[in-house]
Amino acid sequence: MSDYENYAKGSPLEVKVISKRFGIPNSASIDVYLQHDGYKALQKALGMKPDDVINEVKNSGLRGRGGAGFNAGMKWSFVPKQSSKPKYVVCNADESEPGTCKDRPLMEYDPHQLIEGILIAGYAIQSQQGFIYIRGEYRYLMEIVDRAIEEAYARGYLGKNILGSGFNFDLCTHTGAGAYECGEETALLNSLEGLRGYPRVKPPFPAVVGLYGGPTIINNVETLSNVPHIILNGAEWYAKLGTPKNGGTRLFCLSGCIARPGVYELPMGFPLRRMIEEVGGGVLGGKKLKGVIPGGSSCPVLTADEIDVAMDYDSVAKAGSMLGSGGVVVLDEDTCMVKVAQRIAKFYAHESCGWCVPCREGTAWLKNLLTRFHSGAGVEDDVDTGLDVALNILGKTLCPLGDAAAMPAISIFKKFRHEFEEHLRLGRCPYEKRTVSVA
Amino acid sequence: MSEANSKSPFAILDQPTRPDDAGRPGPYPRSPALSPRVNPQGEAVTLTIDGKSVTTAPGTVLIEAARQVGIEIPSYCYYPGLSLQGACRMCVVSIEKMGKLQTACTTIVSNGMVVHTDSDEVKNARKAMLEFLLTNHPLDCPVCDKGGECELQDAVFRYGAAETRFLETKQHEEEKKFSSLVYYDRPRCILCYRCIRVCDEGMDVNAYGIGFRGGLSVIIPNRGEHLECEECGMCIDVCPVGALTSGTYRYKTRPWEMTHVGTICNHCGDGCKTTLAIRNNQILRANNRDHSGFNGEFLCAKGRFGWDFVNSDQRLTAPRIKRNRQLESGSWEEALSTAAARLNEIIAKSGPDSVAVLGSNHTANEENYLLQRFARTILGTNNVDHHRTGDFSSLVGALTAANATDRYATMQDVFEASSILLLGSDPTHEHPLVAYQIRQAVRRHDARLYIVNRAELKLRRQASLYLKVEDEGAAVGALAGTGAASPELGTLRERLSKENDTVVVFGDALRGEQVTGLVRWGLTLPGKSRFVALGDYANSRGAADMGVLPDTLPGYAAVADAAARARFESAWGAEIPAQPGRNARAIFAGIESGEIKALLVFGSNPVRSFGVKPETLRKLEFLFVADLFPTETAEVADVVVPAASFAEKSGTVTNTCGQIQALKRTMRKAGTRSDFEILVALAAQFGANWPYRSSEDVLKEIIAQVRGYAIPLPALLVGGAVVTRPQGNPPPLERADLIFSARDSLFTSGSISRYSWALNSLDEAKKPHGTIF
Repeated sequence: MSDYENYAKGSPLEVKVISKRFGIPNSASIDVYLQHDGYKALQKALGMKPDDVINEVKNSGLRGRGGAGFNAGMKWSFVPKQSSKPKYVVCNADESEPGTCKDRPLMEYDPHQLIEGILIAGYAIQSQQGFIYIRGEYRYLMEIVDRAIEEAYARGYLGKNILGSGFNFDLCTHTGAGAYECGEETALLNSLEGLRGYPRVKPPFPAVVGLYGGPTIINNVETLSNVPHIILNGAEWYAKLGTPKNGGTRLFCLSGCIARPGVYELPMGFPLRRMIEEVGGGVLGGKKLKGVIPGGSSCPVLTADEIDVAMDYDSVAKAGSMLGSGGVVVLDEDTCMVKVAQRIAKFYAHESCGWCVPCREGTAWLKNLLTRFHSGAGVEDDVDTGLDVALNILGKTLCPLGDAAAMPAISIFKKFRHEFEEHLRLGRCPYEKRTVSVA
Repeated sequence: MSEANSKSPFAILDQPTRPDDAGRPGPYPRSPALSPRVNPQGEAVTLTIDGKSVTTAPGTVLIEAARQVGIEIPSYCYYPGLSLQGACRMCVVSIEKMGKLQTACTTIVSNGMVVHTDSDEVKNARKAMLEFLLTNHPLDCPVCDKGGECELQDAVFRYGAAETRFLETKQHEEEKKFSSLVYYDRPRCILCYRCIRVCDEGMDVNAYGIGFRGGLSVIIPNRGEHLECEECGMCIDVCPVGALTSGTYRYKTRPWEMTHVGTICNHCGDGCKTTLAIRNNQILRANNRDHSGFNGEFLCAKGRFGWDFVNSDQRLTAPRIKRNRQLESGSWEEALSTAAARLNEIIAKSGPDSVAVLGSNHTANEENYLLQRFARTILGTNNVDHHRTGDFSSLVGALTAANATDRYATMQDVFEASSILLLGSDPTHEHPLVAYQIRQAVRRHDARLYIVNRAELKLRRQASLYLKVEDEGAAVGALAGTGAASPELGTLRERLSKENDTVVVFGDALRGEQVTGLVRWGLTLPGKSRFVALGDYANSRGAADMGVLPDTLPGYAAVADAAARARFESAWGAEIPAQPGRNARAIFAGIESGEIKALLVFGSNPVRSFGVKPETLRKLEFLFVADLFPTETAEVADVVVPAASFAEKSGTVTNTCGQIQALKRTMRKAGTRSDFEILVALAAQFGANWPYRSSEDVLKEIIAQVRGYAIPLPALLVGGAVVTRPQGNPPPLERADLIFSARDSLFTSGSISRYSWALNSLDEAKKPHGTIF
């Protein structure tokens, strides 16, 4: 439990819904879960009509916590009622976005909350099979989740005739093999089927043609973990926790140059400035703030002047960035923004699956260009070329990975052009200590 | 979000659940491949593309709809007939009311759609994609095989992006030799994945995959660094750039230096159209360049690479005449006059029935027609036969008797079939196009395939039902209700009774009465069931149709039928012997017993095909052979004349489905003569003055005289495949062992494949016959 210390400090500003059981000894066990309202929501849901469950989730304003922020209940409602092929529920636990680390505690400390959420989702769309697709690097979490699944089977929460309702549901975990791309829902489905993790052409959307051709809903761990609370406490209660159209709370992962990094559950619409200054204790070492990545590495960077923004999907979008997966990365005045752009580009070039042209060739080009530029071998045209390359990727790729690579680069090229010019002027990085070579 | 209107196009893209899926054991069927499924029954859709109004079938993808009104949208990953993948992003178009640019290859048309394919936004996007593609492309166009016919070059020509802003180091990798016929150059590869899909979806071999990830992605073959497959070369054909190159063609020429001639492949009986590319009187390449004909872009290893026997330096180029027990070169005049003199001598001494003629199943219809005329009217014997590889006679007889000669299935019928019954053949090896058509019927039209065969075969993967039987003939008897049916056969009968318009494809395992029984029963199946008899070689069907048979005149008229004889006698102005002649087996027995004293062999190698011992042939007083190569038969001949190959002559051939197509002369081989020229000259030696100046004159006579061949000549001359529907009353099959397939594999083609470097260079050719790749 020592790991928990990091989360336990918490902040008095937190509103704990899905993280409320974090810190309770043995919170991952089914006994502890049952002592704390465990599987009550499932019981309630099984007494409702499946359509009512979907409506409840729809009305709660729960939006996908994976990054795209699509209304979860709406997504479920696209699943056809009649299908000749089996329907599936897939939990996307392929958390790989740099700066994001929220699904990890959810699975580590409260796996039954997730299982209950999946069960309710399964009941809502009348599916009988669920999968939890866990990131390859999270193998140790798989053991915890597997144990929880075993417990749930032993107590009759999974398997045949659950709680005497006649509803059957099976659930198992599957591990990824270390590809960021498999967090994209259709690439995840391919990977789950044993194919290469390439995205599929949409439409058809997975809700209609998904896993093995059957209608499938794919939701993030955090999204599904919220479901039991919505069912238990009602859509209205949940919606009121956040702002209009942005129901509930959200786990924010504060990292980077911040005094108290960690995962904090805060209501939707919480101001970013307060999040950094009050929840996170300000910039590390009292330095000046240079910028913030508000939702994981794929979001455009907000400058220090742009942080007076409410952290919900619509407000952040208005401010020119994205709430994404809730990974708030704080950058202080000593951070080289060219290096930030290079590091992010390197990540996306490495993680590009290579399926479509702009992402495959564009991310590699950006990485090479920025690496050369940061090393001091840049030329004047590079800034415009780099921006153009990123703009040429944007909106032209098959899946959102291309956009994810392009957006942070575009924001840095545009908002921090002066830093690029400084590199050109000096012929080196102004933020790195000068190494003196002794002949 | 567009998820909301989840109604319209998905139903078309989603693969319908097949009734068979439910009962299918084992692994899940694959995820729905996104294959465009046009639904011609639905209501037409009208949209606007670049201001032009287009009305098309629902389910059509935008790129095809645009093509229908002459608007070309560039694409690399899109390839008609293969699954959709939206990977190259070249076909982006802007659609009004949709925010982002959309890929035309994956967007299904809908009513009222307004599309722009030529706006600045679209042009800039395409230019950007080209710039991306060119970042790591080596731009070695001056030495690239594809230069001049490269789709990447063409697009850069149209959209620019020739100037590069890419200052980084290009990735380089050495070229890889996947096999003796397929080379891969990674730097040139634009990763459109056409090769992977054509190998998987088209060929069902799946020999290619992708290695590594992102910018390092690379096409990898299935055996380490090596390819083990059917070597069809389809991957090379569909490659839009010079990444996959042909082992027989690479670095030989520039494409514009060649002359292209469309003709028909001369190997198996499927009759694929092919384009021979010639430079300096040498064939350099074969591919069906314009994708015309029923084979589209399809060619197998033999069609695409196995033409090189034509260029072989072992070709006979001068007549050879036996002097002092030695074959020595001689002149054409000497060879032909010697032959005529010896034959006249033997006929005068022992009568015309001491002479026999063996025809070919590779030579043209016109030559076959003249050959039997030569035997019947000039030599005066019906002792004429060939290596029969499928029982066409029985099929014609049965269909004629049932008054159902509209039931010959064409190659297109196989492709479009909803139900196929395959009996006693392995088309994957013996009829690659038939196998391809069957696979496409199953994949694209959800056809059900039923197989009754004695051996395991690859098409089993596509089969709804596969029955392994001891004897296909007995199985047919049981199916038709004359023998005891096993429960499995009962199931098959029941399944077929629920199908409509079944296409019945049968091989040499069914002969004589069995074919008659099959046809009689097949005609009772629901709908318009149709039939294909499979015969091995390019003109196996034509040889039978043209009456290279001892008991049958051209058009399956019985020799014993006086009226039929009279018809040909008046056309030829000569008498035809009334007695049916000896069949091939009887001819060889006759040689053994000394009754047959002279044999003429045209384009055949009985030592290999019939297993006749050379010693037997040595018993002949005179053996005349016309062939391309010094075969085992030619070696024991008294006179050997060098024949022209299919590439060196004109004429027509009839494929195994009865579709007639034109051969076009592509090149000349010094010293050789076509069988047509040989036969006309030989006839002249006997004092006959045949009225034929060209093979076209013979064709005109065939059209007039041979029942079922009354075809429109122009359709043939413009490169079409014209269906023949022979009808006749051929006598019953004399003995079953007259009909046997040579069981050629994907890499053999009777005797001629021995002279192909390409086919013999393949490791796969050394594997046991029938190996499944």
